Amino acid sequence: MIHLQNVSKRFGDFQAIKSVSIDIDQGEVFGIIGASGAGKSTLLRLINLLEMPDQGKVHVGGQDLTKLTSKKLRQARQSIAMIFQHYNLLGNKTVYDNVAVPLELAKISKQERQNRVLESLQFVGLAHLKDQYPAQLSGGQKQRVAIARALAIQPQVLLCDEPTSSLDPNTTAEILNVLKSINERLGVTIVVVSHEMEVIKSICRRVSVMSDGEVFDTVTIEPTGIRTIDHSAKGFVERLTKDGDSNHA
Amino acid sequence: MPDVLMQYQAEIWQAIGETFIMVGFSILAAILVGLPVGTFLFLCRKDQLLENQLVFSSLNLLVNIIRSFPFLLLVIFLIPFTRFIIGTAFGTAAATVPLTIIAIAHYSRLVEQSLLDIPKGVLEAAVSMGASIKNIIFKFLFVEARSGLVLGLTTSTISFISYSTIMGVVGGGGIGDFAIRYGYQQFRTDLMMYMIVIMVILVQFIQFTGITIATKIDKR
Ligand SMILES: Nc1ncnc2c1ncn2[C@@H]1O[C@H](COP(=O)(O)OP(=O)(O)OP(=O)(O)O)[C@@H](O)[C@H]1O
Ligand SMILES: [Mg+2]
Repeated sequence: MIHLQNVSKRFGDFQAIKSVSIDIDQGEVFGIIGASGAGKSTLLRLINLLEMPDQGKVHVGGQDLTKLTSKKLRQARQSIAMIFQHYNLLGNKTVYDNVAVPLELAKISKQERQNRVLESLQFVGLAHLKDQYPAQLSGGQKQRVAIARALAIQPQVLLCDEPTSSLDPNTTAEILNVLKSINERLGVTIVVVSHEMEVIKSICRRVSVMSDGEVFDTVTIEPTGIRTIDHSAKGFVERLTKDGDSNHA
Repeated sequence: MPDVLMQYQAEIWQAIGETFIMVGFSILAAILVGLPVGTFLFLCRKDQLLENQLVFSSLNLLVNIIRSFPFLLLVIFLIPFTRFIIGTAFGTAAATVPLTIIAIAHYSRLVEQSLLDIPKGVLEAAVSMGASIKNIIFKFLFVEARSGLVLGLTTSTISFISYSTIMGVVGGGGIGDFAIRYGYQQFRTDLMMYMIVIMVILVQFIQFTGITIATKIDKR
């Protein structure tokens, strides 16, 4: 599905990605982990050509994206959705209108747009908040809106850059559950970048470990499943007074 | 109403009309030309979507030069150009020429600044969705920056009123010119004070309207 071949990227004098190759299969949940500055985000952004590689090939869904005209590239991007650590929603649009944006870009009819927006919002469990503005939502709700926006265009691939890194453990678990069901129910190929081990281990089957702009190793694991944590006040007290595992996801 | 105002009623109404014409054209130019120029200036910056060092530097310099001219000198400097465009360099129509030029430079800078306030991530999301430049401008930039754009236009409009007061030098008329000719040169200080009060009320009204609209449309 996604096939990066010897891609490299430099920023000025700094070689951020050094000839990396990765293959990600259709329907996979693929993880990318590594220290800060290792190049995880840059590698992810190479997949939809938010960063243009200096060298190498970027194939997604059978097309070499680097060879496309800008119009064709824009079309291709409509089937490669992306979500971000800071959500990147439009603050001046309601939840509904945010989710509708990619559908407007794809020139989908108003009627069909309405169906898809509501369907996507239902999928993430936020249909009741459709008339709110992002400023009125919690972080977890904002990320769900971003996910609904990504889903609305029925993408083949969903790229996630630190999707849970601004969220508390419980909300993290909720978002991971949503991502998991997107993969299982809709068959969307998912790539997750995170520096959080728990996040990667809970849903990914294959994981690339990055270091200094290179893939250090790619391992196959058995996903541990998503741990939900007791977030009642009582739970906090118990875990504070108990030794050992801090349970931080 | 005080007697002086009654006495000069016709002239005062005419002066107010001239001010509205001059400021009105300035606002029109700011929106029709300043807004696109400011947007283009923003997009040509380093790391932006239409990054172009040469275009950016030239346009940036031009805007700076126009804005750093003392306005009275700009008006005089532009006389040949005005005569070329309007056929005469004298009168209210002629006065709109230097005013529209400063209006474009003034507002385009404020537009650029409001666009710079938009978080970079929003534009990144737009590009990742496959939005074209046109879509990015109308469905993202102008949506997110709308209250800044309104506030900028408010600030600009108030400056335009101030600029319009000196247009008497080229026979542009207006409230400022009236205040100088009747109030100052004919020693009618009371008349001058009334004109100042009219200007203050006008500016207060514009500022209030601008802030009210900007607050209402800002949902961030
Ligand atoms: N646009 C850019 N211009 C210059 N340098 C950049 C740019 N983007 C990334 N870099 C550099 O490239 C390196 C890799 O950045 P990247 O964002 O991919 O790291 P990361 O692994 O995602 O880190 P983090 O966990 O902190 O998000 C960093 O050293 C960063 O400073
Ligand atoms: Mg990163």
